[in-house]
Amino acid sequence: MSELEPASSRVLSREEFPQLFEALGESGYEIVGPTVRDGAIVYDRLRSVDDLPIGWTDRQEAGRYRLEPRGDRALFGYNVGPFTWKKFLFPARERLWTATRDGVSFRVEPEPTEGPRLALLGMRACELAGLAVTDKVFTGGPVSDPGYRARRARILRIAVQCGQAGGTCFCVSMGTGPAVRGGADLVLTELLAPGPHRFLLQASTEAGADVLRCLRGAGRAPSPDDLGQAEATVARAAGSMHRSLDPGGVPELLRETLEHPRWEIVAARCLSCTNCTMVCPTCFCSTHEEVPDLEGTKVERWRRWDSCFNLGFTELHGAPVRKSGLSRYRQWLTHKLGTWHDQFGMSGCIGCGRCITWCPVGIDLTEEIAVLRTPAPPAGKEGKP
Amino acid sequence: MAPVARPRLAVWKFASCDGCQLSVLDCEDELLALAEKVDIANFREASSAVADGPYDLSLVEGSVTTAEDARRIKEVRAQSRVLVTIGACATAGGIQALKNFGDVDEFRKAVYARPEYIQSLATSTPIAAHVPVDFELRGCPISKGQLLEVLSAFLGGRAPNLPSESVCIECKRRGNVCVVVARGTPCLGPVTQAGCGAICPAYHRGCYGCFGPQGSPNVPSMLTHLDALGVAPARQAQIFRTFNALAPAFRQAAEAAGGAAETK
Repeated sequence: MSELEPASSRVLSREEFPQLFEALGESGYEIVGPTVRDGAIVYDRLRSVDDLPIGWTDRQEAGRYRLEPRGDRALFGYNVGPFTWKKFLFPARERLWTATRDGVSFRVEPEPTEGPRLALLGMRACELAGLAVTDKVFTGGPVSDPGYRARRARILRIAVQCGQAGGTCFCVSMGTGPAVRGGADLVLTELLAPGPHRFLLQASTEAGADVLRCLRGAGRAPSPDDLGQAEATVARAAGSMHRSLDPGGVPELLRETLEHPRWEIVAARCLSCTNCTMVCPTCFCSTHEEVPDLEGTKVERWRRWDSCFNLGFTELHGAPVRKSGLSRYRQWLTHKLGTWHDQFGMSGCIGCGRCITWCPVGIDLTEEIAVLRTPAPPAGKEGKP
Repeated sequence: MAPVARPRLAVWKFASCDGCQLSVLDCEDELLALAEKVDIANFREASSAVADGPYDLSLVEGSVTTAEDARRIKEVRAQSRVLVTIGACATAGGIQALKNFGDVDEFRKAVYARPEYIQSLATSTPIAAHVPVDFELRGCPISKGQLLEVLSAFLGGRAPNLPSESVCIECKRRGNVCVVVARGTPCLGPVTQAGCGAICPAYHRGCYGCFGPQGSPNVPSMLTHLDALGVAPARQAQIFRTFNALAPAFRQAAEAAGGAAETK
């Protein structure tokens, strides 16, 4: 962030921080961000700073997530929760159009794409990488999704740099975090001790700078100490990360290990419940359904989230192509980390660790890749080299 | 254009609580439209005016628990062009199928002052164990939305679009926080078919499996997972033996967890 103009960054004290909410409101944004609900930190509409998860953190491991008090009053002292920003751009259920019978023909009315301007407050570096992936998926090809495109054009990305590593994340190894290196409009770093509780705000786009201008001089320009402490904060997060996935050569590895015995072992654990795909910031699969009324005069076309773990996902002529749990888990992992590169020129994994935390049986893709890297024993020759 | 005869609908009750039939009546906003599209010829829960068969569509609620019902379901089938079972009783024997794992004579003596008045079979069995069934609608009770989808599909001459996916996907679409991962609450969601809209997890309860097994349930892994959550094997057998105890995957799960095998 060193190339930023001084005027495009501010430091707000904890007492001044609510003025960011006011500035966002004045700039015409509804604020969406982290808040505590049902034992987790979820992303929802925020009315004030008091809605933030003040003093809470999330302790995560494979198959387990618990909220815990931090012992301080940090506003952003957690990592990532069960939901992703994806739902604000690619909703879980969405009506695409309605067709009405009109004599012997029919009339199609597309769904309006208007909606509120949303300030997404608290996007982590990995989640910005996830946004870059869904941007590519929904708008990077010859056909661009109108709903996603319209919603995407209305968001303001306010990133928060992580001050600690989560129990399951591995962004350092994936090169996606924890430092924010672009893709945001505003970058926020929460500075706890030493010094007073304060927030470094750095604009990296004109939209972000506009919000800072709405602060009307609140706060002060950052000092070298503030900037140094922000760097140290992010470095501490990077240094405390325990998990890693070396992405080097993974697409080739997956191509060469399709018959590795490890797939049987992981498939025996996999519940085919779809949770990994539902919590993934980049999984984009959907299915469409026509919902007719009983009179047969009107039909609505809906799109809803689907998953490659569902039998119906590959059902052709009444039978699924990927019948076994093995074939479905292998499809997910080889696509996410391998063939995604062929399709979109990037990895589908951003290292957030959600699929590890929210898998009820705690399947860990970093462990699966590590095992696939060990040579498989020759088939049918037990005990022989 | 000659007037087109409306398809004739019948709704039948076997051993059940009537809750699924009530779901038909619960289609309040759609009921008038439905009554215009079909001739509700035989629905005793709703009207004492009953017209004789044959019927184009029969909705069958309940399981077979008496010799009389075993005979009656054959009559219903013979009068019905399309037969759809509604609910867990008709599809998997219902809660009353728990008697299949016990001694019915003992139950009879324990419950009734004059057990000799009770004439019932030793088992509760799904409708498909007696006659061919065209479609089985899951749930205890069924979902109103899924029922309307079945009726709309029947009227449109198409297959109903009811996926066999897990409750987990409905939970996530609804925005529920996973009760297993965030609370350690045992939940049958990963092995249960969607359809209810993930109601129980929305209220911080684990899924009870009302809609029966999902399309590809991994029972052995689910049992290992319940072990890890500290659910004792006897309790595991119990949680798979509720409304869908005879659904094959749930029956195998209960037996693998140590529940007595079906005795009859």
